[in-house]
Amino acid sequence: MSEFTYLFRGRNTSGSPEEMQRHLEKWVAWMKDLGASGHIKEQGHPLEGTGKVVRGAQKIINDGPYAEAKDVVGGYMVIEARDLAHAAEISKGCPILDVGGSVEVRPVQKLNM
Amino acid sequence: MEPTDHLFRRESGRMVAAITRIFGIHNLSLAEDVVQDAFCRALEVWPFRGVPENPSAWLMATAKNRALDVLRRARTARTFAPEVGRLLKSEAALAPLVDELFAANAIKDGLLRMMFSCCHPLLPEEAQVALILHILCGFSVSETAAAFVTTHAAMEKRITRAKKALAKSKRLFDVSAGVEFSSRLPAVHRALYLLFNEGYHGASAETAVRVDLCREAMRLTALLIEHPLGAISTTYALAALMCLDAARLPARVDTSGNLSSLFDQNRSQWDQELINEGLKFLQLSTSAPEITEYHVEAAIASVHARAPRAGETDWNTIVSLYDTLTTLRSSPVVALNRAIAIGQNQGPEQGLEEIRSIPNPNRLTAYPFYWAALGEFELQLARYDVAREHFATAVALARNPMERGFFKRRVAATQIPNPV
Repeated sequence: MSEFTYLFRGRNTSGSPEEMQRHLEKWVAWMKDLGASGHIKEQGHPLEGTGKVVRGAQKIINDGPYAEAKDVVGGYMVIEARDLAHAAEISKGCPILDVGGSVEVRPVQKLNM
Repeated sequence: MEPTDHLFRRESGRMVAAITRIFGIHNLSLAEDVVQDAFCRALEVWPFRGVPENPSAWLMATAKNRALDVLRRARTARTFAPEVGRLLKSEAALAPLVDELFAANAIKDGLLRMMFSCCHPLLPEEAQVALILHILCGFSVSETAAAFVTTHAAMEKRITRAKKALAKSKRLFDVSAGVEFSSRLPAVHRALYLLFNEGYHGASAETAVRVDLCREAMRLTALLIEHPLGAISTTYALAALMCLDAARLPARVDTSGNLSSLFDQNRSQWDQELINEGLKFLQLSTSAPEITEYHVEAAIASVHARAPRAGETDWNTIVSLYDTLTTLRSSPVVALNRAIAIGQNQGPEQGLEEIRSIPNPNRLTAYPFYWAALGEFELQLARYDVAREHFATAVALARNPMERGFFKRRVAATQIPNPV
C-alpha cells in the first residue's frame, strides 16, 4: 500500500438548503465508505478560504490565495491505495466532482534508503 | 422520518427569522447571506470532522457568530432593526443581545413574527404563501416554483416583489401586541390553509413535495397553537382539518404508485394517530361559538375519518355541512363537492342534476375532477359512452402524470359494462 494526498479544490457555495444538505450527506457517506474500507490514513483538515501568500526572497506577504473559487484548496486528506491509478479511481466517488470541483491526487514521496 | 430529514430547510427558516430580528426586515437578504454562509461552513467542516452531535445547535451557533461579525463590521455604516438599534451602539451590549435573540423561545417568537410579517395585507395571498415557503420553510425560488407548478421566472418575480414590499414595511410584525395579532391572524390562517391545500390538492406530481408542503403547514400551525394569542378556536379548527386530511395521505397513492380516490382507499393505511390528534383539535375548536370554513371543513374530514368503509359514510351530515360551507364561502369547487355528496346520498341522477345546476361553471370546466365527477355518475347510470367522454376530457386536463393515469383507468372502467 502507498500513501496519496487528496487535495480538494473548489467549494459549493450556492444551492438551496435542501441541495446543500443532500450534498453534505453525500460527503459524509463517501468519507464513511473510505473509512470503512480502510483507505483513510489521515482524516486531514478543511482549510479556510482566506489566508496569506508569502513570496520571494523579499518575503512579501499578500492576502490570498485569491484563486478562482474552483481552484481554491478547501481541504486535504491522506489515503492509502495500491497505486496511483487506484487512488485516482477511489477519488471518483468524491461529491466535489458533482459541483464543478476537482480532486488532485498526489503520491506522497517515500524516502528510499 | 430521519431526525435530520430536511434539517437545513428547517434551520434556514429559524435562523433567517432570528437574524432578521436583529438586522431588521430591510436587511432580509443580508440575513439570508449569513445563513447561507453557515451552511457553506457546515459543508466545509462536517465532511472532515463528522456531523456534530447537535447539528442544529452547531448551525445556530455558526450563524450567530457570523451575524455578530456583520454587526461589528457594519453597525456604524448600516442601520439595523430599529427595535434593537440603540443596543447595537454599545459593544458590551451586542453579544448578550444576540444571545438573547437566539434563545429557544426567542427563535419561536422570531418565526411567528416573520410568519405574520409575510402575511402583510398589501401582499396578494399567493405572494404571502410563496414568501412563507421561501423564507420560513427554506425552499429556494426554484423549489417554491416547482411546488406551485409555475416557472422559475414567474416565482422569482413574485418573491422579489414581495420581499421589496416586506422591506418597506420597516418593522417586523410585533406578535406581543394583542389587537394587531388578532386582526392579522385570519390572514395567517388563510395563508397556512392555502399552503396545506397546495400540498393536498395541488398540481405537483411529486408525492414527496406535496407531503412536505402539508407537513410545513402543520408545523407552522402548531407554532400558532403554542402562542397564547394564537390558540383560539379557529386555529384549532385549522389544525384539525390539516390533521384529518393529512391522515389520508398515506393511502392516496396505492402500492403500485397509482392515485387512489377517497372511495377506493385502503382505510387501514390512514394515520390513526393523526386522526386522533385531529379529533382532539376539533373538540378544542368548539370552545367558541363562531364557525369558520375551517371548522366546517374539519367536520367534513372527521365524518370521513370516522367511516370504516366508504359505504358507511354519513353523507347526510356531509351534505348539510357543505350547505353550511356554501353560506360561509361559496365557490365552484365547494359546489362541486356538495353535488358529489348529494349524488352519494340520493343517487347519481340527483348528483348530475346538482352538478348541472352549479352557477358559473366556467372555472370548473378547466378542473379535471369536474369531468371525472360527471363521468362517475354517468358510469353508475350505465351510460358508458357519455362517461367515457367525460373521463377522456379529464385525461386531457390532467395536471400531472399521476392524475392522467388515474383518469385513464377510469376511461378503461367504462369499457367493461359492469354496472355498480
